[in-house]
Order: sequence, then structure tokens, then C-alpha cells
Amino acid sequence: MSAALILDWGLGLAQAMLTLAMALAGWRMIRGPRAQDRILGLDTLYVNGMLAIVVHGMRTGSELYFEAAFIIGILGFTASVALAKFLMQGEVIQ
Amino acid sequence: MTGGDFPLWAACLVVALALAGAGFALTGSLGLIRLRTFYERTHAPSLSATLGATLILLSSMLLLSLVEGRPVLRDALIGLFITVTTPVTLILLSRAAAHRDRHEKRPGAPPKT
Amino acid sequence: MSRLLPHPILSAALAATWLLLNAPPSPGSLVLAVAAGLTIPAVMRALRPAPVRLRRPWALLRLAGLVLADMVRSNLDVARIILSPDQAGRRTGFVSIPLELRDPFGLTLLAIMLTVTPGTLWVQYDSDTGRLLLHVLDDTGDDGWVRRVKERYERPLLEIFA
Repeated sequence: MSAALILDWGLGLAQAMLTLAMALAGWRMIRGPRAQDRILGLDTLYVNGMLAIVVHGMRTGSELYFEAAFIIGILGFTASVALAKFLMQGEVIQ
Repeated sequence: MTGGDFPLWAACLVVALALAGAGFALTGSLGLIRLRTFYERTHAPSLSATLGATLILLSSMLLLSLVEGRPVLRDALIGLFITVTTPVTLILLSRAAAHRDRHEKRPGAPPKT
Repeated sequence: MSRLLPHPILSAALAATWLLLNAPPSPGSLVLAVAAGLTIPAVMRALRPAPVRLRRPWALLRLAGLVLADMVRSNLDVARIILSPDQAGRRTGFVSIPLELRDPFGLTLLAIMLTVTPGTLWVQYDSDTGRLLLHVLDDTGDDGWVRRVKERYERPLLEIFA
């Protein structure tokens, strides 16, 4: 059992778990029942997706995935905040 | 992928951290399905955004630092931003939900402050 | 000093972020980090935020350690709640907490601290009455949560922000 093999399989399993987490969040996003539940699902979906990208970057050793994850991490919340604000007042910018 | 000289203990530690983080993220998403009311479900995403993200980013920093032979700390920035921005979403969302529930006079609506 | 660096903490954070993203540090990235730290806070002049006044920086550090430990503990608690088969036997509810803290930065920190520890969720704060509505996943039914928030988090924040 070499170190490279452990890394490859272990990180692959972590990726599979994160994908399952994304699927569960997506289920909540599709099923609702109310609009706030869908936004909550979307919020969880993007955080888990960002983590899956980080793990994929660890597996491939490529720098590019860090940049992608970084931008999702900084800007991902704006969509959920805009949607939450829309729920509160019916408009995003007043 | 890394070369063959990567130490075995380090590989095990990296994988253990990543799996623990993914486990917390998965538990958080499972909470999104299992918990019954909206306000209970709002607690679940912070599980993946706090400990889940922290453990996975620690694992990534450890792996990169060992591969490159110098401390690589930039992943900590992702953790910092996620930790600061997730509460913004959750607070706004729960306030919007409280507003809607009170407005529609639903049974589970939160009391007035 | 204050003319050149209107927001010293922001400047330091920006320079550190720049250096972290451009590791390993070279002389060129060091110069650019200092330039970013000096110029970008000028953008804040248009927003005119009130300056942050920290009275006891070390208390802030100790509070950060406390929140980190609480975060790990509450993560484990909430994971146990989610995975437990008995979902109907648990009591959740809203707790109303009267706060003495009025400083906007202190309230912001309190909101972040309470929300990143799963199990407590900041729902609403009324600035007229100073009352905070908190949703807790594990309601004990007495004033345990009120005491916990006030003694554990609010008191150090009152000391830190003048």
C-alpha cells in the first residue's frame, strides 16, 4: 500500500461524500417546501461544491482549482443574500 | 499526483482530515433532509461551513505544504471568508423567514422579540 | 499616521492577504502588498465607517480561542442530534435575550459567533429594545441559554468594545 494509492482512494472517497452532500442539498432545493428552504439548499450546495473543488485540486495537484474555490468562497454568498433580501422585501436593492 | 517519496504517515493524516471534514459536510446536508422545521434546518449548513470546511482546508494545507516543502497558508483565506459570509446569509434568511411566517400567521412563527 | 492609515487593521489585513495569495514572498510582492494596504482603504473613505476602537486586543484573542473550542463542541453536538433516530423527542425553540451590548461592531461579532456555532441561530435583533431573538436547537426550557450567551460571550465583548 503506497502513499500515493492511499491519497488517491481516500481523497476520492471524500469527493464522493461531498458529492452526496451536494445531492442532498439539491434535493432540499428542489423539494422546498417553501422558498426559504430552497435558498437554504442552494447555500449548502455551493459550500459543499466549493469543498469538492478543493479536494479535487488536492487530487490533481493543479493550482487552478484553488483559484476557482477561492472565488466561490468569496462571492458565493452574494446570490443567497440577494435571494434572502428578495424574500424579505420583494426587491433586491431599495 | 505526488511522487513516491511522500511519507505514509502524512498520507494517512491528510486522508483522515479530508474524510472527517467530508463527513461533517455530509452530516450537515443530511440534517437539511432530516430536521423537521425550517428554523431547525437552518442550523445544518453551518456544520459544513465551519468544521467541515476547516478540516478539509487543513488537509489541503498540510498536503500542499509537504509537497512544496514550505508552509502554504492561502487555503486559510477560504476558511476565513466562508466563516464570515455564511452567518450573513443565514441571519438574513432566518429574518426573512420570520417576517414571512409572522405575516402569514403560520403556527410555527417566531414570537415578537 | 491617521491621515496615511485611516484604518490600520484593514490595511494590515489587506497586506497580509496579498502576501498569503502570493506565497512565497518576493521583494516585488512585498512592495505590492504595502501598496495595496496603503491605497485600498482610501475606498472606505466614501463609506465613512465609524473607526473600530479596541480596548483590550488580548481579550479578543482569548475570546477567539473560546469560540473555536465552542464551535468544535457544538458541531459534535449538532452532528449527534442530526444522526440520532429520535427526532420527535427533542425540544427546540426561540429564546429572547435582553442585551446590554450596543456597539455595532460588538453586535456584529456576537452575531457571527452565535451563528458559526451550530445549535444557536441569530434570528432578529431589535435595536430599540435591545432584545435578541435566538433559535436554539436544544432548548433546555429554562434561562440556561440566556445566562450562557450573556456570561460567556457578551461580557468579554462589553470589555473589548468601549
